[in-house]
Amino acid sequence: MSTFVLLTVTGLGLGALYFLIASGLSLIYGLMGVLNFAHGAFITVGAYSMWFTESKLGGVAVLPRFLIGALVGLVLGGVFAALVELVLIRPLYGRHVDQVLVTVGLGLATTALVTAIWGNDARPVPAPSWLGNTTHLAGANIPNDRFVLILAAIAVLAGLTAFLRRTRYGLIIRAGVENRAMVTALGIDVRRAFTLVFAIGGVAAALAGVLGNVYFATVDPNQGTSLLIFAFIVVVIGGLGSLRGTAVAAVVVGLVQQYANYYASSGLGDLSVVLLLGLVLLARPRGLSGSLA
Amino acid sequence: MSLLAVRDLHVHLGEAHVLQGIEFDVPEGGVTALLGRNGVGKTTTLRALMGLVGRRGSVRLADEEIVSTPTHRIVRRGVGYVPEDREVFAGLTVDENLRLAERDGAARYELVYDLFPELKQRGKQRAGTLSGGQQQMLAIARALLNDNRVLLVDEPTKGLAPALVTEVADALARVSELTTVLLVEQNLGVVQRVANGAIVLDTGRVVHVGPAKELLANTEMVHRMLGVGHA
Repeated sequence: MSTFVLLTVTGLGLGALYFLIASGLSLIYGLMGVLNFAHGAFITVGAYSMWFTESKLGGVAVLPRFLIGALVGLVLGGVFAALVELVLIRPLYGRHVDQVLVTVGLGLATTALVTAIWGNDARPVPAPSWLGNTTHLAGANIPNDRFVLILAAIAVLAGLTAFLRRTRYGLIIRAGVENRAMVTALGIDVRRAFTLVFAIGGVAAALAGVLGNVYFATVDPNQGTSLLIFAFIVVVIGGLGSLRGTAVAAVVVGLVQQYANYYASSGLGDLSVVLLLGLVLLARPRGLSGSLA
Repeated sequence: MSLLAVRDLHVHLGEAHVLQGIEFDVPEGGVTALLGRNGVGKTTTLRALMGLVGRRGSVRLADEEIVSTPTHRIVRRGVGYVPEDREVFAGLTVDENLRLAERDGAARYELVYDLFPELKQRGKQRAGTLSGGQQQMLAIARALLNDNRVLLVDEPTKGLAPALVTEVADALARVSELTTVLLVEQNLGVVQRVANGAIVLDTGRVVHVGPAKELLANTEMVHRMLGVGHA
């Protein structure tokens, strides 16, 4: 029983990471029709900015150092993502294949650049010791960082939902996901919404990078890419452009992966997720959900 | 001076040369009907005026060139668009559809609700659950919310029951008292009722320009150019 609880909470924690990445992917695809393969770069920028900032703040106490590092990671992730949209995606407006190719290239280049500068080895990322301690829950000892992951994802889901429902830009994004051309035909410059979803997606992905640093306790150049693969699976299962579907799919993928790894055999988790993707595509080719928020 | 002056307008869609240098004028005030058989380029003409498809040539709105202006700027210069098949946002409520269409603080809700009271009652309803007629009202309302110089309205009676066709024609008649309308319409009864001028397209070219009543009274011309027996 205690193992099951630990697996469940860990699965939810992983699902939370996937959701943070997948929510931005889903919004970007829904609005712009671009599968953003550079999303892993946003994770990497967030994760490495945090690690680098912390490494330069050697004399500072752990908690402020950690928080400053996390904040720098989030801000740079968002700024980087917005610049990617403005500089690389926008000039290729209307050329979807080229847009996808440029994101693939950027994803590969970012990993290579980070490897070239800081090497392939995993670097330890200092975090407050409380995050590594465990809390007793239903007979299991659960590392505290799992709860932080889950709460962060819930906060992002709630924040994004409120943003989409209650603000003018949220309205533009929801309408744009349905019919982008008609939004422009109402006199709205939908390109501003493009930059905005990239920035939002970048901050959420950078948050995944920051929390990934906590979860794995280290950072390495390939962390972003490996998380991105599962986030893509989550997006496809959840239905492209749907935030609620993405959240449900992230939880399912995180749980399936953990359970299969433990109860079937180690390593089978990843395979079972791919299997799940195949089954969902056979049964519901458009994913679990079709609507946004 | 005409409100909208189109000169040598070309549109290519893939391999097809859909508009082959069309030229026409839309005078200020009233309804100008854009007629022709299916597939001659009527919808493409409106989409080209809106900048929703790639186009070459000249389109002057109140003597300002807009042929290379992006869609949202064309709209902000006072061009309202009511597309074929309505294109209301199905997942948004009626209120949200209207709110999205607001371009400035001076949205004319009183006018819109006066014309279409049902839209006020159904404000919280998702637009996708409205009937075809109600969706058409919403599509027109979206364009009327702002004080436009010209409305481009594409087949507003398409697929509607006869009673609703009359209702939409009533609305168009009232709209045309407020603003200039360029109307694509297959229902010649509606054209007869609301249109002043008529422009007829055939395979990407303008083949006739003249008063609508005169055209519709000429059975031979109607048959030859619009492919129908009688109005």
